[in-house]
Parts: sequence; structure tokens; C-alpha cells
Amino acid sequence: MSDTAEFALSRRGVLAGSAASAVAAAAPAGAAPQRLPSSATPTMPVRLTVNGESRELALDPRTTLLDALREHLHLTGTKKGCDHGQCGACTVIVEGRRINSCLSLALQHDGDAITTIEGLGTPDKLHPMQAAFVKHDGYQCGYCTPGQICSAVAVLDEIKRDVPSHVQGDLTAKARFSNMELRERMSGNICRCGAYSNIAEAVAEVAGERA
Amino acid sequence: MRSFTYERATDAVAAARAVAQRPGAKFLAGGTNLLDLMKLEIETPTHLVDVQDLGFDTIEKTGDGGLRIGALVTNTDLAADARVRRDYGVLSRAILAGASGQLRNKASTAGNLLQRTRCPYFYDTNMACNKRKPGDGCAAIGGYSRQLGVIGVSSSCIATFPGDMAVAMRVLDAVVETVDAGGQRRSIPIADFHRLWGDHPEQDTTLRPGELITAVVLPKPLGGRHFYEKVRDRASYAYALVSVAAVIQRDGSGRVAFGGVAPKPWRVEAAEALLPQGAEAVTARAFQGATPTKDNAFKLPLATRALAAVLAQAGTPAQKKG
Repeated sequence: MSDTAEFALSRRGVLAGSAASAVAAAAPAGAAPQRLPSSATPTMPVRLTVNGESRELALDPRTTLLDALREHLHLTGTKKGCDHGQCGACTVIVEGRRINSCLSLALQHDGDAITTIEGLGTPDKLHPMQAAFVKHDGYQCGYCTPGQICSAVAVLDEIKRDVPSHVQGDLTAKARFSNMELRERMSGNICRCGAYSNIAEAVAEVAGERA
Repeated sequence: MRSFTYERATDAVAAARAVAQRPGAKFLAGGTNLLDLMKLEIETPTHLVDVQDLGFDTIEKTGDGGLRIGALVTNTDLAADARVRRDYGVLSRAILAGASGQLRNKASTAGNLLQRTRCPYFYDTNMACNKRKPGDGCAAIGGYSRQLGVIGVSSSCIATFPGDMAVAMRVLDAVVETVDAGGQRRSIPIADFHRLWGDHPEQDTTLRPGELITAVVLPKPLGGRHFYEKVRDRASYAYALVSVAAVIQRDGSGRVAFGGVAPKPWRVEAAEALLPQGAEAVTARAFQGATPTKDNAFKLPLATRALAAVLAQAGTPAQKKG
């Protein structure tokens, strides 16, 4: 990448750039800037510990945790899919629990510790789940992948903590990993490319089981 | 999303007062339903009172052998509690049959009871909906009603209560505990908590303005075998077309409530008495007077079959005879 860095454009950069030029083209010269409704709402302070780092923000109360991470902290690994808790692309780990960051206000998480995909591993030092997704080709387009990986890491922890599931035969028995368990527990993460079988193999490998 | 102001309450009565005194104010717990509805501007609160610091997050034994579940206990923690798994299996099973792992980690006990309908016409703000906008009319009546209610509905609304947890709580005869702005406490049997729509589908429950749920109490365990049979369009992470919560005793007697069919968990005690006669006898009585549409008439035989599946698993005398 280093020799082409000069020309490297991220998809995000292209989108942001073209949106800005579209606005510029649409606005007649000298027109007053459009007043945004958010200007009426005073911001509120919020402190988050994101991937081990303390971050302080002043946010419109409407800001979701997802938007705080992506738009304010520029941690764009966490993805916005449906923005309604139906797809799981926005899954992050808050205080050790996976949640949909799109269905939480950032203000609800004042003082919380948050782990995003950026905090699990780095390109040089992948988290075992990230490495397994690469090895087993657990994606196609990759958009759902950060959510899948955060969710999968939390799922293995939930099984370890004996959180039961819908497909468990005996509720009083200890939770165990299996392919059926994985499919049920990961049902909040949708992959429109349909990479499920490879995702299952990746997670099973990290769990130390056969998919 | 419309703009709003936000505060974190540190005291339950003060929180109730903050909501009671301010038109447009709402409590915020997990937020998994409210935030979704706010994004669509179906809910437009002007002020949110976040109750997460009030401490209602434990499950404790009651004096008479039951459990008091704090209003803020997450769905995950409630379903995973060893006492609930052992003594109130129907409740664990119902919770685990709903939503996703991510949502159950955030959703609260009280919030689950207060979740709003998933009627597609309630969600589509271009459509007439008496629940969203009183007096607006109901586009669901005469519309696409496959998911909607077959009993207890009215000429102004045919939506269902969408939850699973409450259906199990209805079978267990849970009691909802509240506090209001004056510090007054109230215990509401779950049977009286959700309303039939009648002429006021905008009111989901019998809670008064500013009344805050503090806990849900389960009476002492019933024994028996516990079941939650949920039929839906996909194997996981979907609302019920029909669900059956049941506690069946060794002699074939028991309790049963249905979800996905009515504005509230649907339990008819006179129908339960017919359990030893089999599923058809029970549902014939429980759904007497049903008013299904052509799209959702399938829910009636589906309820019978779902209950028959439960009774077959329970191996009750009626099933063995047959």
C-alpha cells in the first residue's frame, strides 16, 4: 500500500467528498447556510472509554453510540447497516456485553468501557477471531464482518458464562458450544452475502470445536 | 429524530415526578424499542428520563418463596438466572425465544412489558393508525393483516402485543409493581396490565402518566413441566405468529397462554380446565368469539397445533390415550 498511498482513496473519503461537492453544486452562490434543527439542542458531555482510551465528547442528546463512534471518534470499523437493530452490523462490546450500538444513545453509556473491532486486534496483531475469519473466508463484501466478529467474540464469552439459549435442550445444564448453538446465538447478525457456513467454521475453530 | 432533552434520574419518585409533570416526557431504560420508534418519529418525546441508575437490577427471593425481578434486570440476566431456569423455565424459554443476543443484553424487564406493537401500519407513518394518532383510522383493517390479532381486537385497532416474556409472566400470574410521582406504590396483576384496545388503542397498558415500574414479582414456583412453543417465519430472531406458554402438571392439568394473537397475552382460565381433553378443546374455548381476517385465520389452527405439540412433549394422559 505504501507506494500507492499518494493515490489511495478510501470509500468513505470518496463518499464524503462527493456529498460535499453535491451540496456545493446545489447551493446558489451567497445563499445563507441551511439552519439545522440540531442547533436548538444544547450538547451534553459524555465520557467513554473506547478500546482502553478515555474519550470526552459533547454531543447532541440524539447521538447514538454508533454515531458517536463513527462520526465523532472516527472509528469507522463499526458499521451502520439498518440503524434499527435488525442487522447486527453495529455490534460492539459494552462493559463486556455485545449490544446494537445503533439502538443506544451515547449518553446512556457515560462512563462505560466500549470495545469496537479496532480494539479487538490490529492488522499486525489480529485477534484470534479476526484471524479465523480471514483463514476461513468468513465474509464476501465484508460490511457485516466487524459486527459478526464482535458478536462472535461475545458469544463464546456468553457460553463460558453459562448464558443459555433458545436451542438448549435442558435449561439447567451448562451452556455448550455447537453448530446449532452458534446459529441461534448469532441470529442477530445478518450477512447478505450468505457467508454463514464459513463464519460458522471460523467461530468453531476459535471455540476449539468442529463446526 | 426530533430533538429532546435528557436527564439521568437518581431517585425513583423524582423520576416519576419528572415524567408526570412534563408533557412529552418519557422514561428511558434499555432504549431498544423507544430509540427505534424515535428514529421513525413514531415516538416523539421532548424529554427523556434515563432510569438506569435507580438500582432496580437485582433478582431477589420474596417472603413467600417467589422472586422479585428488578425492572432494570436485562432480558439476558433474567433468562440466565439459575432460579428462573430451574423453577420458572417457561419464563427463561420465552425470553430466549425473543429478539437477538445483542437486544436481550440491553432490553430490560420493564421495557419488555412496555414494548409497542409491530403492526406494519403502526410503523409506516404514511398509513392511518389509531394507535399512533388517535382518530386517524386503521389501515390494517382491510389491509395486510397476516401478523395481526385474531381475538380481543376492536374496530379501531387489530394490532397484537408482540412480546414473548409477558406471555410466560401471564401463565405465572406475575405482578407488576410501580411507584408514582406522589410516592404511591401499586401492584398490578399482569392480567390487568395490558389493555384490550377498545376505542383507545393509543393506550397500551393501565399505567398512569408518570407511573414507573420498579419490579415484577413471580409467585412461588408452580412445579410441572414448562414449555414455550413459538411459531414464526424463521427459526430465530422473528416475532411470533403464534406462541404458547404452558406449565403442565403430571396429571394433565395446567396453565396455558397464547402470544401473537391479541392485544395482550391471551389466557382464558376456563379453557385451561379443558387441558386434559386435549389441544382442540382448549383452543376452541380460548378463541371463542375470535374475529380473524382472511389473512390471519391460519393462526387459529396454528394455535391448536402448537398447543398439541406442547402436550405431546408433556406426554399428558390425554395424549397417551390418543
